[in-house]
Amino acid sequence: MDYIQNTPADAAEMLKSIGAPSVDALFEAVPESVRLKKPLDLPPALPEIDLLRHMEALAAKNKTFDAGRCFLGAGAYNHFVPSIVDALFARGEFLTAYTPYQAEASQGTLQHIFEFQSMMCELTGMDVANASHYDGATALHEAAAMSIDHTDRRKVVISSAVNPQYRAVVKSLFKRLNVQIVEVAHVRGVTPIATLKEAAVDAACVIIQNPNFLGCLEDVAGAAEAAHAAGAVAVASVNPTALALLKAPGDQGVDIAVGEAQALGIDMGFGGPWAGFIAAKKAFIRGMPGRIVGETVDAAGKRGFVLTLQTREQHIRREKASSNICTNQALMALRATIYLEALGPGGLRRVAETCVQRTHELLERLEKIPGIKIPWKAPFFHEMVVEIPHAEAVQAKLLAKGFLPGLALQPIYRDLRDQVLLCCTEKNTKADVEAFAAALAECV
Amino acid sequence: MKTIFEKSKSGRGTSYLPARTPDEKPAEAYLPKEALREKPVGLPEVSEFEVVRHFTELSRRNFSIDGNFYPLGSCTMKYNPRINEKVAALPGFAKIHPLQPAETVQGVLEVMWNLERMLTEVSGMDACTLQPAAGAQGELTGLLLIRSHHAENKQDQRTEVLIPDSAHGTNPATCTLVGYKTVSVKSDRRGGVDVDDLKSKLSERTAAIMITNPSTLGLFEDRIVEIADLVHKAGGLVYMDGANMNAIQGKARPGDFGIDVMHFNLHKTFSTPHGGGGPGSGPVACKKILEPYLPAPRPVREGAAFHFDFNRPKSIGKVKAFWGNVGMHTRAYTYIRFHGPEGIRRNAENAVLNANYLLSLLKKSYKVAYDRTCMHEFVLDGTPFLKKHGVRTLDIAKRLLDFNYHPPTIYFPLIVHEALMIEPTETENKETLDAFADALLKIADEAKTNPELVKTAPHTMPVKRLNEVKAAKEPIVRCYSCGS
Repeated sequence: MDYIQNTPADAAEMLKSIGAPSVDALFEAVPESVRLKKPLDLPPALPEIDLLRHMEALAAKNKTFDAGRCFLGAGAYNHFVPSIVDALFARGEFLTAYTPYQAEASQGTLQHIFEFQSMMCELTGMDVANASHYDGATALHEAAAMSIDHTDRRKVVISSAVNPQYRAVVKSLFKRLNVQIVEVAHVRGVTPIATLKEAAVDAACVIIQNPNFLGCLEDVAGAAEAAHAAGAVAVASVNPTALALLKAPGDQGVDIAVGEAQALGIDMGFGGPWAGFIAAKKAFIRGMPGRIVGETVDAAGKRGFVLTLQTREQHIRREKASSNICTNQALMALRATIYLEALGPGGLRRVAETCVQRTHELLERLEKIPGIKIPWKAPFFHEMVVEIPHAEAVQAKLLAKGFLPGLALQPIYRDLRDQVLLCCTEKNTKADVEAFAAALAECV
Repeated sequence: MKTIFEKSKSGRGTSYLPARTPDEKPAEAYLPKEALREKPVGLPEVSEFEVVRHFTELSRRNFSIDGNFYPLGSCTMKYNPRINEKVAALPGFAKIHPLQPAETVQGVLEVMWNLERMLTEVSGMDACTLQPAAGAQGELTGLLLIRSHHAENKQDQRTEVLIPDSAHGTNPATCTLVGYKTVSVKSDRRGGVDVDDLKSKLSERTAAIMITNPSTLGLFEDRIVEIADLVHKAGGLVYMDGANMNAIQGKARPGDFGIDVMHFNLHKTFSTPHGGGGPGSGPVACKKILEPYLPAPRPVREGAAFHFDFNRPKSIGKVKAFWGNVGMHTRAYTYIRFHGPEGIRRNAENAVLNANYLLSLLKKSYKVAYDRTCMHEFVLDGTPFLKKHGVRTLDIAKRLLDFNYHPPTIYFPLIVHEALMIEPTETENKETLDAFADALLKIADEAKTNPELVKTAPHTMPVKRLNEVKAAKEPIVRCYSCGS
């Protein structure tokens, strides 16, 4: 099956106009020795009715926990998505549009990106944001790269409380490039500022995450000060939902704020596609990677939007470009834009507040279970670490009871034996929290 | 049209969650004061209905594949099938957490495992990774594999990558990111890689060549076997940018003509939607020798069960968080299952047929950059219009908007002056191609008889030609708003 419209009669007319005897003749330039003589070894075509059954059967082999039974976060969050997000993003005029290089025919895309940029700046307290990056991890790598260019230094200081996958990506992408990556270990869930300060000497940037991977709130202003004292760039990886409540990083001395917009109306989808964001102070605008939409006027003086500062980008600067990114995650940024506009400041705040309430309610319940320990007292947003004896076995039992339990941390943080990272969102009701706590008490 | 900030009104909004009840403590009770915002974040306040009106109005200001013929060379703007969207939105695919235990996500693991196999088969390779988020990330991944290979073989003196002067900008940009030096290779008069120039630039410093085949000119590199051979003999590896796979899928396989590693653009060849600029997906397929370096994890099958294998000691690591743009993997898998081997081959055949047909209609009025049978796209040279009538390719492109067509790619590849690169794809019908050719012929005529009309186009869009110089000189990159 295919979506080809050409009938044999069409094809015959076309070949006549071309002056070729057959379609195969059009492939003459392909050397005989490499032409495929047999069909590709792919499964036979399925018409839509059968294909849908096949895909639904595959989907049925995946278990979902989104109806309140998910207590796992760790960089992917089970948030409520208003119905209009799905409805509006599916419009063909957004879904099947291309990159807005021809601005006059793309004012829809350009304006929704401009609104996304504006709202990310509001959340982060920054002057400029780009049209999206692949994800939070690659956005963080870009922020480090921007800092290296900005300072001409090649040392990156990063807290061990930053998401381990983000740290892994930063490491992979800087390998063999003469960049020194120095990790500062967390102490009882937070990054010690004094240690950051010491490490920051000759650094291009100092990177913390807030709330961090272990759920704890970091001293963002302290970290930014430590960076600046050493002449380094202050970089923070932030949670956009939390920013409805927490101080904007830009108001705390941070120079570049990055993060993951998945929490803003994008389904978890087994990890992607999501949308990273990068927002920075004015001074960094010319080093920003990726597409940026700007406001301008047309020949009649009417306001319009265009891609701007394109001389940073690969299609113009080629080997001198600030990054190699071309395709970004515009459609997912659109979801975030619709989400933020639908929720507004009050709605986003209520989401954040509910997350805080549920997680703290869960903590109160867990504290009462004999055997469960709470390793530290650091303030947290919507994720927290608890110590569960024989955690692995307990996790398996919780799964069997129909819960998606938290993340066992020992595989990542060797010293956090039996420690589990739990998360609540507004999708966990009070009853869900109660049920989970009761199940955990049974399994311990 | 107003921005959402200009439509904002204090007190407007729709509630999606229940309000806080008296017995609940506010968030402030749980968090330290110094961590909290002093003022609410300055997001716009509008009701749900206003949001629907707003985005509906925005959508009307967009061209799209659904609404308009979009012959962008190198982008493969083919029909985006809606079954793919329906499948990707099934809760079993959309609502699963990336860190769920393997036994709870067997369906999606099976999709990923199978897609790797399908892409390996289409490309004639041995192994694959689905992790890169886009073509550029695929290129990055491919070069990192190559570098690991040379490092393991103690060939660290290989610091150069050869790139044809017709290459897409991401190719040299990627080299810089990886720390390689770009060495440009000239194109010959037929539009292929100049093999003599290539020979003169190969050395023991050559890490690889990055080649696109068919090239960015829409031409098949008929000397590709020889080119790959020369690079291999010099100790380098051959990377292929797979952006143009739409022309050769099912007809020839890169692994058979000397390619060691390549990326696919799922958003081109396999119709995952462009969405206004992304997301894409750039899986990388490679020969056995590079397999050990592929990013971790890879989906593996043991008996009837699937899981992720993280035990990859020689891996380059991770190029993004989690497992790739999985929603695009599901769409591409669905697309390939719909087509089967014959459908995939017919896509290539009809893409090439449509392009050559359109070329045959335009040859009489437009200068063709290379007078050869093209593959899925071709390049026209607009210099005659510039010289004779002062009309640039840019003007022709803007005038096409008035005929309801999205313009082709312009000013790329760089080696053709006033380039106009046209790729119809296989999903267009003859009537559309005829009408498009008519429009271009009419504009060619207008360039002669009424050049001002063309030079001041577009005339029927929501805005007239936009001032890009002003946008760059005085950047305004956000709204200022509601409370800030």
